[in-house]
Amino acid sequence: MAAAIQCRDLRKTYDSKVEAVRGLNLEIQAGECFGLLGPNGAGKTTTIEILEGLLAPTSGEVFIFGHTWHENEREMREWLGISLQETRLSEKLSVRETIELFASFYREPRSSDEVLEELQLTEKADAWVGKLSGGQRQRLAVATALVCNPKILFLDEPTTGLDPQSRRQLWDIIRQFQQDGGTVLLTTHYMDEAERLCDRLAIVDHGQIIAEGSPADLIERLGGHHVVEFSTSGNSDGASLQAWRGLPSVESVREDSGVIALNVKEPHLTIPALLEAVGQRGSELQHLTTRQASLEDVFVRLTGRHLRDE
Amino acid sequence: MTVAQQTPAITTRSTATPPRRNGRWSGYWHLLMARMLELKREPEVVFWVFAFPLLLAVGLGIAFRNKPADAVSVAIVDPAGNLQVMLANSPQHDLFRPHVLPQQEAETGFRLGKYDLVVASDGKGGFAYRYDPARPESVLAKTEVNDALQAAAGRKDAVATTATASSEPGSRYIDFLIPGLLGMNLMNSGMWGIGFALVDMRQRKLLKRFIGTPMRRGDFLLAIMTSRLVLMVLEVGLLLVFGILLFHMRVLGSLAAIALIAGLGSLTFGGIGLLTASRAQKIESISGLINLVMMPMWIFSGVFFSYERFPAVIHPLIKALPLTALNDALRACILEGTPILHQWPRLLVMILWGGISFVLALKWFRWT
Ligand SMILES: Nc1ncnc2c1ncn2[C@@H]1O[C@H](COP(=O)(O)OP(=O)(O)O)[C@@H](O)[C@H]1O
Ligand SMILES: [Mg+2]
Repeated sequence: MAAAIQCRDLRKTYDSKVEAVRGLNLEIQAGECFGLLGPNGAGKTTTIEILEGLLAPTSGEVFIFGHTWHENEREMREWLGISLQETRLSEKLSVRETIELFASFYREPRSSDEVLEELQLTEKADAWVGKLSGGQRQRLAVATALVCNPKILFLDEPTTGLDPQSRRQLWDIIRQFQQDGGTVLLTTHYMDEAERLCDRLAIVDHGQIIAEGSPADLIERLGGHHVVEFSTSGNSDGASLQAWRGLPSVESVREDSGVIALNVKEPHLTIPALLEAVGQRGSELQHLTTRQASLEDVFVRLTGRHLRDE
Repeated sequence: MTVAQQTPAITTRSTATPPRRNGRWSGYWHLLMARMLELKREPEVVFWVFAFPLLLAVGLGIAFRNKPADAVSVAIVDPAGNLQVMLANSPQHDLFRPHVLPQQEAETGFRLGKYDLVVASDGKGGFAYRYDPARPESVLAKTEVNDALQAAAGRKDAVATTATASSEPGSRYIDFLIPGLLGMNLMNSGMWGIGFALVDMRQRKLLKRFIGTPMRRGDFLLAIMTSRLVLMVLEVGLLLVFGILLFHMRVLGSLAAIALIAGLGSLTFGGIGLLTASRAQKIESISGLINLVMMPMWIFSGVFFSYERFPAVIHPLIKALPLTALNDALRACILEGTPILHQWPRLLVMILWGGISFVLALKWFRWT
């Protein structure tokens, strides 16, 4: 069976200047939850809109279940549920009216009541869209995508700007869709979201994929298993960074505003050696923590920047 | 964990509700209903489409109501008092409302439009008129006052004449005005109701969201146009009923003919609105564009006064404007009962404007 979503050497240049996407290859299998993780401006929205057939790529090919967007667009649209990064639905329509409107475009949509219930919007069914909270609006946006009973759900930054409870509600909804056999492609710049929700993800930066794999796999390959962070009295320099790199079980070193972070495989080997080394240099340890490595560490390791640098 | 527990519930749910099937026109109907609901819930629309033209009609109707024997307001500057006496003794004396004033005050009042004419004695038995050739009522006042004064001074009319004041329904200013307001309103609501609404939806990324569904794009445009026609029936009906009840307007043409002309007019401006909106990304730019497109028609198309006042050389141009064609057709139909077939050149002007705009709009329209 053909992959749910596939693209080859996707490129998009805006106004023959801005290279938003620079040669992207993806293959997402049916039933997967796939994430595009990257900072603002990485090209996530551009990529997802090209895959959705809403934006023409400058070059490259897109296949949805083996079909291209030039073949039978209307038929293909029956399979896809879409939530764009920023759609402002009509404020003067009620939640139910909005869902019914979107349902009316599809041949065999689901019942609105069912979708309202699933997205916990039943109470708000008759409220105007203009009166909803941010979380409720975002759930409504997902409801308009789910009402068509899609095979693939595209979500562009579904939880950006939401409070933690609303985010968790949406995560549950997305997981449930996937449990029902749906395929999900979402973009996010929250690493915890990507880590908890996605089976596989691609880290995107400057329009290119810089790493791809399951979250656990990426962390293991690129983040080191643990991170030891510390700072010492006295200035550190390039030479001392090299010295920390030589400690047992250390995989990589970086410095971030005075704090030195070591990617470490086995902290119980590293930490005693670290304390000794600090003592030998005659400086004092001011702070020491250890934690599990995260996708953030992967990103920093790959780009030297933080995901959410403004 | 929670997901696993919920899974059986999902299975029962999907078997419990049989899938529903939507017919060919389901999308169109829902789009139309959504549009009508939105319009109904938008207080500004109710004001601009329904209340504003009525207020205009009432306001202008009162300002230009037929005053009994439309009195001419004359400022008289004559310390000796001869002028007043002569005017009072003239056969037409009840036509005038004379105000005796010092020179300074008379001229200030004249400049402000309070008086139509200033008559001053020149001290040698003659009179000097000050009037404004650009103001019809001022020109008229000069002729009438002059006639009265000459008659009082002993001039005899060579030919006997009689005059009848025409204030029959059908020939008053309000009769001229209401079809003009109808036309203007159809233009306004076509341009704003379609042009502005579409750009607003584009800016809100709603158009992009719509084309992410299997929605037929033609159905969407059709629904927008249909909503315009429904609104047109209400707009035109309300203003006509209002004119008939309040101003005893007489409607000579058939309702079907009026509906046909007004419907064509609304589609024409719908098409022009669509074309205006085909590319604009921001509501600020569409507002400017709409005003730019409507401006010449506000001025030239004879909404508030007849375009006959413009030089005859530009009349062909004026008549080629869609609003002129609509206003002329409505006036001919309502006031004179001209059959629709005799109006074909005006209808053709509208069809061309609307049709060409629509075709170009479809070609250029951007959904994103
Ligand atoms: N319509 C557009 N015209 C020109 N440049 C654009 C347009 N849309 C996005 N860009 C640029 O392309 C780059 C990628 O943008 P985007 O795909 O929105 O990134 P992301 O969704 O990851 O934040 C950015 O530099 C952005 O400024
Ligand atoms: Mg984006």
